[in-house]
Amino acid sequence: MPYLTDRKRAIGTGAAKSGTAHFWAMKKSSVALLILIPFFVFTFGGILGSSFEEVQAYFARPFPAIIAVLTLIVGFKHFNDGFQVMVEDYVHGIWEKILILGMTCISYGAAAVGVFAIAKMAF
Amino acid sequence: MADVNRGNRPLSPHLQVYRPQLTSISSILTRITGNAMIVAALMIVWWLLAASTGPEYFAVADGFVTSWFGDIVMFLSLWALWYHTLAGVRHLIWDNAKMLEIDRAEMLGWIAIIGSAVLTVFTVVVLW
Repeated sequence: MPYLTDRKRAIGTGAAKSGTAHFWAMKKSSVALLILIPFFVFTFGGILGSSFEEVQAYFARPFPAIIAVLTLIVGFKHFNDGFQVMVEDYVHGIWEKILILGMTCISYGAAAVGVFAIAKMAF
Repeated sequence: MADVNRGNRPLSPHLQVYRPQLTSISSILTRITGNAMIVAALMIVWWLLAASTGPEYFAVADGFVTSWFGDIVMFLSLWALWYHTLAGVRHLIWDNAKMLEIDRAEMLGWIAIIGSAVLTVFTVVVLW
């Protein structure tokens, strides 16, 4: 034992076995969203309610398109990570896995659909 | 180990034994707002997909997203977004072991509640 560091003895002994990487991933995405969200609110919010042609022309511009793509990718990743923590808190057994798997499909799927849509308007 | 009772062991006290406090309510609201925003997020993705598809499909999705129901969802989600953002900043501060004293933690809670309302009104006025 004297040859083991405190860190070595602590790793993997918590109730969840791991989680630091998940915590750090959510911190990274939260800081990114702190920058992206104000831009997204005022670009997307500004064009919502406009005509089809105006919307198409708007997302053909680099800034609104890039902000929307980044917000969708980082936002859905952050959402999925947060949803996973909620499920791990309240749901156990097989439904814990089903809900996490299902929402991961929805999150990545929705992000992909959104990115595809913006790419189609941008190019 | 085979005889250990793994299913019906006593658990540490949870929500129901505590009196609601600003810190707990504002924490629960962070989780509710964060997860509830999936509705608006999926509506936005649908709206974007429709906008990239064609005028007829866009008319359907845009009609729903900008209907009175869509407006309510978007307005509530806008508040949820600002609340979750401010409450998230609070967590970034707490993660550095700063402002954890009860009075300062509660101050951050009031900033998230009042600040999110102010930001929501500001956003609606700017985007109207």
